Amino acid sequence: MSMTITGKILAHHSDLEHVSPGDLIEVRVDIALANDITAPLAIKVFNEVGNPEVFDREKIALIPDHFTPNKDINSAQQAKMMREFAIHHKIKHYYELGQGGIEHIILPEKGLVIPGDLVIGADSHTCTYGALGAFSSGVGSTDLGVIMATGTTWLKVPPTIKIEYKGEPSPLVRGKDLILFTLGILGVDGATYRALEFSGPVITGLPMAQRFTMTNMAVEAGAKNGIIEPDEITLAFVAQRSHRSPFVCTGDPGADYEKVLTIQVDELEPQIAFPHSPANVRPLSRVGDIRLDQVFIGSCTNGWLEDLRDAAAVLKGKTVAKGVRLIVLPGSQRIFREAIIEGIIQILLDAGAVIGPPSCGPCLGGHLGILAEGERALSTTNRNFIGRMGHPKSEVYLASPVIAAASAVLGSIGGPEEL
Amino acid sequence: MRFQGTVWKFGDSVDTDLIIPARFLNVSDSETLAKNCFADIRPGFMDMITPGDIIVAGKNFGAGSSREHAPLAIKGAGISVIIAESFARIFYRNAFNIGLPIVESAEAACSVEEGHVISIDISTGEIQDTHTGRRFFAKPLPDFMRQIVEAGGLVNYIKKS
Repeated sequence: MSMTITGKILAHHSDLEHVSPGDLIEVRVDIALANDITAPLAIKVFNEVGNPEVFDREKIALIPDHFTPNKDINSAQQAKMMREFAIHHKIKHYYELGQGGIEHIILPEKGLVIPGDLVIGADSHTCTYGALGAFSSGVGSTDLGVIMATGTTWLKVPPTIKIEYKGEPSPLVRGKDLILFTLGILGVDGATYRALEFSGPVITGLPMAQRFTMTNMAVEAGAKNGIIEPDEITLAFVAQRSHRSPFVCTGDPGADYEKVLTIQVDELEPQIAFPHSPANVRPLSRVGDIRLDQVFIGSCTNGWLEDLRDAAAVLKGKTVAKGVRLIVLPGSQRIFREAIIEGIIQILLDAGAVIGPPSCGPCLGGHLGILAEGERALSTTNRNFIGRMGHPKSEVYLASPVIAAASAVLGSIGGPEEL
Repeated sequence: MRFQGTVWKFGDSVDTDLIIPARFLNVSDSETLAKNCFADIRPGFMDMITPGDIIVAGKNFGAGSSREHAPLAIKGAGISVIIAESFARIFYRNAFNIGLPIVESAEAACSVEEGHVISIDISTGEIQDTHTGRRFFAKPLPDFMRQIVEAGGLVNYIKKS
């Protein structure tokens, strides 16, 4: 029987020859992940389960990134609880401030996830690692707490929706535009309980950073996981970072897809998601005059070095418009350092950007850039729900770093050709 | 298991940021979370409701983040059960894991009005609107999921079994 890549990875982790969509299976987890918001509840559950030790101290990643550097006393207490747990259980992959960054950027960066892995994280954007040809999915804290004790969990094998991207994309189009356009077609629940597989010549031409952006936002269509079959680009990325041998697999010819969609990208413009849904997208030419108070470049969706490079290419020699605040948070300490060495940070500073520490920060309305009543932001993040970045009467628009940088200079949403 | 309570009606895609905005996620106890349940769309929700009341909502309830704080806030506020046309995947799993029963019924989601008193038996899936007398049948919960709810969540269920 033929299987998709998602089916093969799930079968491999449940010691089964074959799985079919709808099968309930128990799987081994290669990496269990939590952050400073979700870990405290998971630790409470772990303690209640009563196992004295975690299942494998080298297969758990605990990352302070959401409200860190600690934004208030309560957040500091939560971060402290996670830190003390990590120290007590000798968790190998706990990365303190100054060593790490945003979870979904540093796990790939440090080579903790390789093709064929199965990653479960107490964070909905855990689906990011599908760009590496791994199965990864988000759960809540209770599931994660039990996994920290047992190393296993149960899953229902999802049917796969495959999306093939064909044609020649315009030089302004990024993975962010591809995924926003796709969300516009699928809707916010168009892939609920499904695997969302991105494929075709456009995808094989994308660098890893843009692939991560796409799988990162699979959950915005309700998907269980996003996935891209590994190729030379994937293997080159992993070879520089991990010594483990990857379990490289691809879908069988004739594998059972629930649906196959083809998207022609030749005419595709940069895409903007309007409030208050990532699926409420419009092409740049149909945006109209949207004045901005703030532009944010960063997050697990677009905090990669390539994203900062894109922003710097647009901002070089330009100045942020009066009345606009441009906030840039590199995705990790390493990306921050490389951006300094490359001269990117100098360009951003000269343009009038404020550069902050690697953190999820403003993406979820946590800190480092909260919106006031009536304010409007363009953001490279993944969600623009009501109140997502601050006041319930603020507005968030989503776009790529290229559009974000150009819009910061223009003071309203627009592309680099308008500069 | 049977629940009866007054209905609080919500629309489609009520996401977890609406259920509990992230600014309140710096704590994880359900009592404090409950006070801020629906803070931006129905401020003071916990004080408006009577323990045992029921939420009835549209499609994709609980979309967005994996925060288990969302079902914890709803349960802590006193809601006994949620009926919706459909639920987002992670929310669905989280709700059972913390012992909050949730049931899918497109018919009930469409017909039941706010303020109606309804009853639901999660073993049979039968929902009755006492105002209109109308009855709806949701898919009954499988035994193990009903047992997770009865145990008060996954942790207690594991400890018992």
